[in-house]
Amino acid sequence: MNKGTGGGVIAAGFSLLFFSFLFGPLIIMVITAFNSSSFPRITPWECFTTEWFAVLIGNDRLMNGLANSLFIGVGVVLISVPIGLAGALALSEMGPRLRAALYTVLITPILIPGVVLGISTIVFWGALGRGVGADYGSIFYDGMFLTLAGQVTFISAYAMLVFLARLQRFDPTLTEAALDLGASPGQAFRKILLPFLSPAIGSAAFLTFLASFENYNTTVFTILSGNTFTTTLASKVRHGTDPSLSALAVIIIAITLVGAMVHEAHTRRSQALRDGSAARSKIYGNPVLRVIVHPLCVFAILIGSISFLTYQGSQYDASVCKQQVLDEKRARQEQLLEEQRQRIKAQKEAAGATETGTSVKKSPSAFGGAFGGAAPKPVETPKSPSPFGNAFGSGTLAPKTD
Amino acid sequence: MTTKDIVLDHVSIRFGSYTAVDNAHLTINGGEFFSFLGPSGCGKTTMLRCVSGFSEPTEGRVLIGGKDMKGVGPNKRPTALIFQNLALFPLMSVAENIAFPLEVRGVGKKDRRKKADELLDMIALPGVGDKKVHELSGGQRQRVAIARALAVEPDILLLDEPLSALDLKLRHHMRTELRTIQQRVGLTFIYITHDQGEALTMSDRIAVMNAGVIEQIGDPEAIYNRPKTAFVASFVGETNAIEGKVTAQTGELVVLDTPLGPLKGTAAGGRKYKPGDNCYIFIRPEQLELRDNPAGENAFTTQAVKAEFEGNARLLFLGANGVDLRLTRINTGERPADLAGTAVHVGFDPSKAFVLPHSALAGA
Repeated sequence: MNKGTGGGVIAAGFSLLFFSFLFGPLIIMVITAFNSSSFPRITPWECFTTEWFAVLIGNDRLMNGLANSLFIGVGVVLISVPIGLAGALALSEMGPRLRAALYTVLITPILIPGVVLGISTIVFWGALGRGVGADYGSIFYDGMFLTLAGQVTFISAYAMLVFLARLQRFDPTLTEAALDLGASPGQAFRKILLPFLSPAIGSAAFLTFLASFENYNTTVFTILSGNTFTTTLASKVRHGTDPSLSALAVIIIAITLVGAMVHEAHTRRSQALRDGSAARSKIYGNPVLRVIVHPLCVFAILIGSISFLTYQGSQYDASVCKQQVLDEKRARQEQLLEEQRQRIKAQKEAAGATETGTSVKKSPSAFGGAFGGAAPKPVETPKSPSPFGNAFGSGTLAPKTD
Repeated sequence: MTTKDIVLDHVSIRFGSYTAVDNAHLTINGGEFFSFLGPSGCGKTTMLRCVSGFSEPTEGRVLIGGKDMKGVGPNKRPTALIFQNLALFPLMSVAENIAFPLEVRGVGKKDRRKKADELLDMIALPGVGDKKVHELSGGQRQRVAIARALAVEPDILLLDEPLSALDLKLRHHMRTELRTIQQRVGLTFIYITHDQGEALTMSDRIAVMNAGVIEQIGDPEAIYNRPKTAFVASFVGETNAIEGKVTAQTGELVVLDTPLGPLKGTAAGGRKYKPGDNCYIFIRPEQLELRDNPAGENAFTTQAVKAEFEGNARLLFLGANGVDLRLTRINTGERPADLAGTAVHVGFDPSKAFVLPHSALAGA
């Protein structure tokens, strides 16, 4: 397909649909974070506000969960990355048959459902705790420890996969060359293999941190009575949500965007420096622009603008607007009440009138009098407001209603 | 005996039931350029890894400078190995690569750089120290690998087919270069190759290996002109092998009954043959001569199949009674009559042909 056959229009339309599908929810979520309505929504737009960020930060349970999640995440990175590296190194050193068997064993935790891992972690450590006679205050019944243990079982396998992929491209003669040139095995590992693996260490750390941070299935069991960020969020959503979650989304999106932009700046810069096109390029050839697009500079600029926006946001006071909205709401309520009173009054008057002359217009039929006189007459039970339809006799058992 | 001597004392290397090196027993003298020549899979790389310390011999001993190297790791041996793929460290600059052996020995940064620059001067690549390895050409990388190995200040330099990845021109250039470097630094070079041209041009001595066995050790002249086995005769250089049975031997002169009629050759290495022994008579294509008539010693008539022009030489493919022969003539600058398809009389000097006992030929 090409432009002549209308492919351009279709492709553009498809891309538009695709991107709105991808980013639509995110955009809506971001907008709801700044609406003062107490339910996350865009319409009706009430007031621009930044109070939901304050509500978010003021939520102790969520902040506590966040701290727990960060702690567990860092712990998981520190444990899983070395374990994954060791596993990958062992796998790449052994014979093909043993390798296949061990690979299956090491990869199994990824295939087991997280729920099963969570439950088995509690059961295992609980049994172990009972075995050594530990009490409930001990580490075997500590939610943080159990979560760390449970997550490490399968997240270290992720790290191992990352390292395996990188190790496959490693030329083992490099290590041999290092040994031959007089390096001890430790030196060969530190100076040759580790620098080669450093990008993989970075991605493994990132991946394992994210996997730990966003994990719910396993954590919801292993955290026991405690809570992490995800478990708090989940319970919060279950009990009804407010726009502070949208505010959280805004923060997460902002962090992701900053990370992505700094990373992109770094990639482009190293690419330009590596292939030597830096001198010719408009950006990297210009000394000022060259400094500006340095990843650190990009980072500083982004953080600066975010801090500025945050400060401005914290100074913003939506109370006047909110008061106005509240007043408007009250006025509207008053108006509605008044209208209702009028309507009831009119109905009562009309009811008085129907007794003398039938009027189709006044019919209370659900079909709006479409069937005219064919509609059955409402049963006349005006005297009993009982919800039981006067089943217990009129006025005797029914509570007094004033 | 110097520290640069190597003795392989009845070395055998086995992997399970497979014998990679079978009872190698030889001495390599200090300062010698020694080549192991053989087809791929003949065990020459295994031998080299055994000398450098990456594997231990199953039987026998490896002695370097008179010391048994058993249990001494590759980082503790006075050897430096240049790998087939060079194994330069891609994440380091050229200078860092060369200075790596000094770095792991705890030499300071300044001294390392100084030494790296000295070595770069020696390999005639001054000023490339800050470049990355991938920015260098194949020949430059080759020389950097040598410089890095020399930075170890080894007694013995081991080279595992280091020229095989280069193009022909560069390969020929690097042969001379390697030989020059070796003579300048005065180290023992052990060179592994399957390219007989490399082995013949550079080496002081060559060991020809086949299926784990060292078939012959000698200087290039001896290997080429006086091969001791049918394998060596057929592997080193182009040759014509004619099968036959011995009918008589007088002194060194052996008469064979061949499909081309009775032919005379020299018994290599003073061997004695009995009438009826199955033998080969080997004659190099350049020793085969065109004759005007079929009369005379060692002369016979063949059919010319086709002629090929190789630039410096002309190659004539001949066939007679099921024996295929090749004959080379130096290009004199004049186009000779096209012989393809005609009957051609050929002959050779018995002293230039050698008779060897029947055994497996190279590539057969």
